[in-house]
Amino acid sequence: MTLAIALRHFFPNFALDVAFTVPLPGTVVLFGPSGSGKSTIITILAGLLRPDWGRIALDERVLLDTESGICLPPERRGLGVVFQNARLFPHLSVRGNLLFGARRAEERRIGFEEVTELLGLKHLLERRPHALSGGEAQRVAIGRALLAQPRLLVMDEPLASLDQPRKAEILPYLARLKTALGLPILYVTHALDEVAQLADWMVLLEAGRIRAAGSLAELSSRGNLPLALRDDAGAVLSARVLRHDAERQLSLLALGTAALWVPLLSAPLGTELRVRIPAREVILATDAPRAISVHNALAGSVRAITPDPLRHAALVEVAIGEHALLARVTPDAVSRLGLTPGSAVFALVKSVAVEVFAPSAASS
Amino acid sequence: MAVRLTLLVAARAVLFGLPPALLAAYALARWRFPGRGLLNAVVNLPLVLPPVVVGWLLLLMFGVRGPLGAWLFSHFGIRLAFTSAGASLACGVMIFPQMVRAVRQGLESVDRGLEDAARTLGATRLDCFLNITLPLIAPGVLVAALAGYVAALGEFGAVITFAANIPGQTQTLPLAIFTALQVPGGEAQAGRLAGVSILLALAGLGAAEWAGRGLQRWLGR
Repeated sequence: MTLAIALRHFFPNFALDVAFTVPLPGTVVLFGPSGSGKSTIITILAGLLRPDWGRIALDERVLLDTESGICLPPERRGLGVVFQNARLFPHLSVRGNLLFGARRAEERRIGFEEVTELLGLKHLLERRPHALSGGEAQRVAIGRALLAQPRLLVMDEPLASLDQPRKAEILPYLARLKTALGLPILYVTHALDEVAQLADWMVLLEAGRIRAAGSLAELSSRGNLPLALRDDAGAVLSARVLRHDAERQLSLLALGTAALWVPLLSAPLGTELRVRIPAREVILATDAPRAISVHNALAGSVRAITPDPLRHAALVEVAIGEHALLARVTPDAVSRLGLTPGSAVFALVKSVAVEVFAPSAASS
Repeated sequence: MAVRLTLLVAARAVLFGLPPALLAAYALARWRFPGRGLLNAVVNLPLVLPPVVVGWLLLLMFGVRGPLGAWLFSHFGIRLAFTSAGASLACGVMIFPQMVRAVRQGLESVDRGLEDAARTLGATRLDCFLNITLPLIAPGVLVAALAGYVAALGEFGAVITFAANIPGQTQTLPLAIFTALQVPGGEAQAGRLAGVSILLALAGLGAAEWAGRGLQRWLGR
């Protein structure tokens, strides 16, 4: 299954010119600063704006093809759209809102019980939208979109209007959605923490154009993308719980062929989870160190080195098996160690520096 | 007798005037089309023309020999000039601009995002209008209807010109008051009728206020 989008649209002071094809199911994140064209793409995808030129196909189903004059109206596109603000209908109860799309849908793949359970909406059903908190309203909006039985769930910065605690309240629900319903999701955001937890595939946008597209693991470990220039740059990789060592209070994760020690986790053995290894926390060494507190010395080889002039630093991509890490070090360190692409290095990673996301654990 | 007739004439004026007012307001608020400026001008004409002129123009168009009047009469046997239905038409035309204005204000304050959301949830354009837009502008529509009703109770110039002053048929309250004043010693009768019309107007305004507020609360504002 794929989603193929190619669009050209000209505003008086902004031009959108993008083309990408992403694999589904899974979660695709459109990532970019505000004004990069993310929301315009969503508006066109939803059928609320007709572009100057474009073609959108969800698998074989053509939603838009300006050249052959196809432009399905929003109600026939089979998309569930969650907007930045919940946009609940004020004259309907929560139940009425949830059923709005469901009543107009032909199928019944996603059930009312399932959705209200999954999103924790059961106690809110008889309330009016104005009596909901921002987080609750957004959950209802997500439920409403799901019950319209979409083939693709589209979320346009669904958490952007919420404060940090509300965000933290909803993120686990989103992660659950992903695993529980297996519904493809197109997710728009400019927040990296949401990307790290949700994205499988990523499309990076910049000023109306595509800067890069690929899997999260691939893009997050590249030094030559705007992502790498952020303070919180770092590779996000998928891992599996191999072993718990209660005595040493450590857990061992499989990272492809490599292994990574992290502080003790509660997730059961075999759990698939994600780890983020911040680039600034990675130390490079040409010899395996001994007598050192760091648990993880991952043997690999330098793949690429990109300067980060603003920080007087350099970003070193280190390939480890089929994965890669990103390390931010000084140019001096690069030259002292004599690192060039191909050099063998050890990437030293403190266990406590590894951020572990356990989205699938939330579904239990 | 004049009171019941007046209430009936005004009610019909609102009943038949509201749907076209909704359509005109929707067209003016949402659509861009050639002739939009002209439509806007025509809709607002009764507001600025002397009511007598409106009545006379109606007579020209809907009189038995007028183009529309003749057609209505020959096809449906409907006669408007000098009938109570004609009084309603005259009132309806006179209150049309203010009803359009009130509905249009309501439409312009509707969050278009809600309509977009409804469309993505599977609602067609019409479905969206009936189930989202209309309920959202309901307070505005209701206030427009009630205020139009109150205004229709007091229409004089257009009614007397188009429908004449026939007791029991087209003699509404203001016409009855006028007639009473023409008769020597009719002041007492005129005073009573004026009192009734003041009471009706106040009741109508009160109802509009109360209903509008109730609906706003229902919408959770």
